[in-house]
Amino acid sequence: MDFEDTAEEAAFRKEARDWLAANVPTKEEKEGLDFLAAAKLWQKRKYDAGWAALRWPKEHGGRGATAIEAVIFGQEESKYQMVELGVFAIGHGMCAPTMMAWATEEQNKRFIPKLASGEEIWCQMFSEPAGGSDLAALRTRGEKDGDEWIINGQKIWTSGAHYADWGVIVLRTDPSAPKHQGLTYFFLDMKSPGIEIKPIKQISGGANFNEIYFTDVRVSDSQRLGEVGQGWQVALTTLMNERAAIGSGGGGVNFKSVFKLAQNINIDDEPAISDKTVRRKLADWYVTESGLKYTGYRSLSALSRGEIPGPENSIGKLVGAPKQQDMASFALDLLESSGAIWDPELSAEAGLFQATYMAAPGGRIAGGTDEIMANIVAERVLGMPQDIRVDKGIPFSEIPTANS
Amino acid sequence: MQFAFTEEQHQFKDVVKRFLREKSPTTEVRRLMETDDGFDPVVWKQLSDELALPSLIVPENYGGAGFGFVELSIVMEEMGHSLLCAPYFSSVVLAANAILNVGTEKQKLDLLPQIASGSIRATLAVTESSGRWNAAAVELVAETDGDEFTLQGEKCFVVDGHTAGKIVVVARLEGSEGDDGISFFVVDGDAPGLTKSLLKTVDPTRKLARLEFNSVQAEPLGEPGAGMGALTKTLDQAAIALSNEMIGGAQYLMDSTVEYSKVRMQFGRVIGSFQAIKHRCADMLLLLELAKSAAYRAAAALDEGDESVPVLANMAKSAASDAYIQIAADSIQIHGGIGFTWDQDTHLWFKRAKSSEVFLGDPAYHRELMMQRWGEGI
Repeated sequence: MDFEDTAEEAAFRKEARDWLAANVPTKEEKEGLDFLAAAKLWQKRKYDAGWAALRWPKEHGGRGATAIEAVIFGQEESKYQMVELGVFAIGHGMCAPTMMAWATEEQNKRFIPKLASGEEIWCQMFSEPAGGSDLAALRTRGEKDGDEWIINGQKIWTSGAHYADWGVIVLRTDPSAPKHQGLTYFFLDMKSPGIEIKPIKQISGGANFNEIYFTDVRVSDSQRLGEVGQGWQVALTTLMNERAAIGSGGGGVNFKSVFKLAQNINIDDEPAISDKTVRRKLADWYVTESGLKYTGYRSLSALSRGEIPGPENSIGKLVGAPKQQDMASFALDLLESSGAIWDPELSAEAGLFQATYMAAPGGRIAGGTDEIMANIVAERVLGMPQDIRVDKGIPFSEIPTANS
Repeated sequence: MQFAFTEEQHQFKDVVKRFLREKSPTTEVRRLMETDDGFDPVVWKQLSDELALPSLIVPENYGGAGFGFVELSIVMEEMGHSLLCAPYFSSVVLAANAILNVGTEKQKLDLLPQIASGSIRATLAVTESSGRWNAAAVELVAETDGDEFTLQGEKCFVVDGHTAGKIVVVARLEGSEGDDGISFFVVDGDAPGLTKSLLKTVDPTRKLARLEFNSVQAEPLGEPGAGMGALTKTLDQAAIALSNEMIGGAQYLMDSTVEYSKVRMQFGRVIGSFQAIKHRCADMLLLLELAKSAAYRAAAALDEGDESVPVLANMAKSAASDAYIQIAADSIQIHGGIGFTWDQDTHLWFKRAKSSEVFLGDPAYHRELMMQRWGEGI
């Protein structure tokens, strides 16, 4: 067992570290820039120096790096805590791999470099009111008209649609086919006429995602990825890439922040850290957090050997998301009345615990709910049978739905 | 980053696994657990002669194979998986390590080769009737009579205490208390004045004994009164070894329970197709993988001489205990009525889960100790 980088990995890490230290934008450079502009500034800088979209081929603006190298760069970059990096996550993590697998050479020449440089931002239009967990039950229609398709319907939870330039979308193109077989995949200009984007306000007060209404929006058949009716298969490429990404964690509440809080506040005139119940809960989370960290090491080791990680790779989100919620909730309990105040100027850790408490329920739902993840672990890792499907093999148009 | 077994370690694991699956089927577990001795001397000899397992972590200059704790963790995991009934934990994990940690050079040369060959089975006696694992709970006194020591008092919950040929005993010097005066001694299993009685316990696969010392002459192991460091180190090593044994047992339970759920039918389909069962199994996997990572990490840390070993020992023991107990309960639950019967095998591991949870300190003890050690470290 060896927890150090291999010689090659260490060399790469040093190179990354040195370059980052010399090139990460300073506070002055970001002065006056909004979220988006700051993100684009940094992304372009990485692109120009060959540090953008590391895993992509060089001819598309990437670096042709290995999975472990991408992880190493990510680890070093995350030390700078640049929240704005999230802007490119969907485009880079999901849309680009799908394009590279399914689009033409010309299309990739046109689109991938601008994805890599951050000049264009992409979103992913999958979920609908009718289908989140049951994505294949989506209803937004695509109807053929000459060499174009006409889109009518609605997408929901589309992160970043309000600033995206392009997006990937899955449409129902044949309602008479069984649900998985009547879907077709496209990529779409977000400035197309007929697209109306409405922000959705979250419980945190922010609005990072949107509803999108499509009224007779036209998309060229040349922007179809895969065959007509092959949309589900193409969508799986997108979803698999979402799952393949190994989360580096970071952000939110961790053991250290709650431990620090417990040291600095009192329960009955004694530091909370000396309270037995507090200690026991903190110890529980330390054990879980460490278990997650070492489980991540096992996955990294597999990557480092060029292998696909085993069952240990499936558990990060399913364990981590509820833990965030529990820890944030507990921190607010410790704060008692002041836990109810959410003011970055006044609150402990600038309101980190309140913000995490508000964001945490979303973490258990987005990108695969806890329940779906549990199904996936049981079915794909433990080999247990799939749920009974009552909507399998019958035309989509005949599947029973609630009258709403 | 290479947090994984090497090719050689994988091969070693396969060899140990094959041996144990053959020598320790549940029929043997059931047979041996009904005996007082709790092990098969023929299998012990095979394990010693063919696989040299008792010699595994004894350094070569003391007659051992000179491997490390990662190799030991592999053996422990497989032994836990097969629920092997044998005095391996007592003799190798507890006694051999204690002797390595505290004995003089001469004592190591005297005692270790025989333990390594398996010709002598030894154990370590720490706890007394209070059942607590901290040094302050040691009340057994080593009375001095010139240069001689005699032990007066009792030890309880001693693993294989009734069958061991040599017993390493932790006592305190007269007039000492707390962490002071902690001393190790060696006593023959048939020493005059020593009364041994087998205890009836929840888990008959791990034999526990009560030992009464009535002016038993004892040879000091290492320097009398200076044993605290060695005691801490030995118990941390043992907790890590036990954690690996526990995740092996938990893995067996999870695997066999999932397999059962794919076979048992109710309402016209296998019960594993119901979400309640699937989700419960997914939860078992989560617990197991986290505990496994902690147990492996702790074993690797021992071989690296990592200064975070003490905290990792507490963490691994806590995680392994919680995982094993929960998985054991879930396993019975998913088996339904038959899971509650003697004839179905789940209860064998279920009981080992419980006895292991409290062995070497329960999860609350380890979490508290971990917090104290962590606090001191920052």
